[in-house]
Amino acid sequence: MESSIILPPALALIGAGVLVPMTRGAVRAAVLLLAPLVCLGMVWLVPVGAQVAVPFLDMELLVVSGTRLGRMFATVFAVMAFLGGLFALNQTRGLELAAALIYAGAAVGVTFAGDLVTLFIFWEVMAVGSTLVIWSNGEAARRAGMRYGVMHLLGGVILMAGIAGQAGSSGSVAFGPMDVQTWPGALILIGFLINAAALPMAAWLPDAYPKASWSGMVFLSAFTTKTAVYVLMVGFAGTNALIWIGLGMVFYGIIYAILENDMRRILAYSIVNQVGFMVTGIGIGTEMALNGVAAHAFTHIIYKALLVMAAGSVLLMTGKSKCSDLGGLFRTMPITTICGIVGALSISAFPLTSGFVSKSLVTQGAAEMHLPLVWYALTAASAGVFLHAGIKFPWFVFFQKDSGLRPADPPVNMQLAMWIAAGLCMGIGVAPGLFYQLLPYATDYAPYTASHVIGQLQLLLFSGLAFFLMLGWLKRTLTITLDFDWLWRKPGVAVLIWGGAAGARFWAELERHWARLLEWRAPNLAPARGWSTGVMAFWTTVMLACFLLIGAFQAGLAQ
Amino acid sequence: MNPQEDHWLVRPATIRALWRGGLSGLACLVVADFFVPHQPYFGFDGWPGFAAGLGFMACVGMVISAKALGKLLKKPDDYYGE
Repeated sequence: MESSIILPPALALIGAGVLVPMTRGAVRAAVLLLAPLVCLGMVWLVPVGAQVAVPFLDMELLVVSGTRLGRMFATVFAVMAFLGGLFALNQTRGLELAAALIYAGAAVGVTFAGDLVTLFIFWEVMAVGSTLVIWSNGEAARRAGMRYGVMHLLGGVILMAGIAGQAGSSGSVAFGPMDVQTWPGALILIGFLINAAALPMAAWLPDAYPKASWSGMVFLSAFTTKTAVYVLMVGFAGTNALIWIGLGMVFYGIIYAILENDMRRILAYSIVNQVGFMVTGIGIGTEMALNGVAAHAFTHIIYKALLVMAAGSVLLMTGKSKCSDLGGLFRTMPITTICGIVGALSISAFPLTSGFVSKSLVTQGAAEMHLPLVWYALTAASAGVFLHAGIKFPWFVFFQKDSGLRPADPPVNMQLAMWIAAGLCMGIGVAPGLFYQLLPYATDYAPYTASHVIGQLQLLLFSGLAFFLMLGWLKRTLTITLDFDWLWRKPGVAVLIWGGAAGARFWAELERHWARLLEWRAPNLAPARGWSTGVMAFWTTVMLACFLLIGAFQAGLAQ
Repeated sequence: MNPQEDHWLVRPATIRALWRGGLSGLACLVVADFFVPHQPYFGFDGWPGFAAGLGFMACVGMVISAKALGKLLKKPDDYYGE
């Protein structure tokens, strides 16, 4: 009886997303701001352990399954949808706002999914929603949006193949800890890792996110990678390979961000870097480390959104995004500068900010597991975060040289969104007690010890010293740095053009032979009678992926 | 513009003061590290000034690695023609 009053919280945002295109002005603003708050309320009305099942085909889908961890992620997703909506009130493209709300709603849906089929449905809605957010920025974003869409459809196909295999081999689609040693488990892991922007598939993120509008990237920075972190925590905690995959992401993000000239691409690389810390923590897999991952995902969503909002404000007010064109904006954009610096200090895990109380849990997890190499690498990487995001971003955008630009601070709603995010960053950092109560496991961890605070300040400030001493080497140039996406944007496209033509010829040939075969002995054919549904589903999805890939690229090239 | 008339934050005198203040702050931090109790997990991490050295060296190392990678992989920003 009790479960009948529980509604999927995702519906609040998805429903609002459908309504947005039909609204204008104040009504649209009300929808954008109220829907996330209603969603937040619905998230907290779902008790831990409550389940709502819906019949679907011959299965029972657990569309709502309340857990502490899911509730924590859903909470920050709803908060983020509110902040993103407040920031985006001046955005006139209805498509972007509608897609963003549906995308956010689907992310909330994933955090309540009790089975793999429900998870997959929301996963694909996220892929479509986020692609539309990028696409709605017009011509400049079209091709990057297409590459993004293809990458996520491919990831979805791999995930679907894994889920089909899992259902076939175990007879259950329940979503819980999975075995990476089996092929369905491995495919599901790969599907999750693509969305987490793990190497070598990380390049979709810095390729596509910075092509979204000044408001679109705020939504994008929050949901896709963090739902991937959530599902990796549920499915693959303690999988040791994730430690090394995560560390690879951490250093990849830093090195590429150091080389980057575009401020929003710097922030995109730093998303990969931060998710790397989380993936490493999932690989460590202890309660301390997993608390750290959940905490860091929560704080990261807010401070990264704050940084992206500061960059979006600069982009909106100046029309520029390259560090080589920017500089000296602190004179006329003081509020954006202050909020950007709060975000920069938080991502760097400065004491009294949210990053300090969350990232410390992950490194503490490595220390308690006696993983010295991992601990040293994470600590060195924390210094690198200050270098590439903590100082580099505010320095080159707001200080550096005087670019001669004199833009004002952005409209008041955008300032308010930044102030709220900055307030959350500081509030969580100053008084982490309440925040720690949200964590999946009880903890009495105390981040503010004298040696920890002094050690962290030394680590960061000496990293700052290195930055200013080596400033000549960090000078911005009008360059990009080739990334893994080169593989599919240069040789990949060439192979596809060739392969598409060859494939069409081969297909025509095959059809001709098939027709002759049918004429010859049609009655004796019993096609694929002995194949199991798992194998069939797998090959169907593989073929579907190939068609999608070839079709999308050809469509992209033809235009 | 005469640098003396620019925003106070970017005047040469302010920048000199920031460097002086910053460097003294760094020195104070390292000195303070000798007077707080440490709970090292691996040995080195309990040494006073360990984090200062690690932070500085890690950043120098990462900037040099980035520079080297840039030599190999940097292209003009219209490379892909988008």
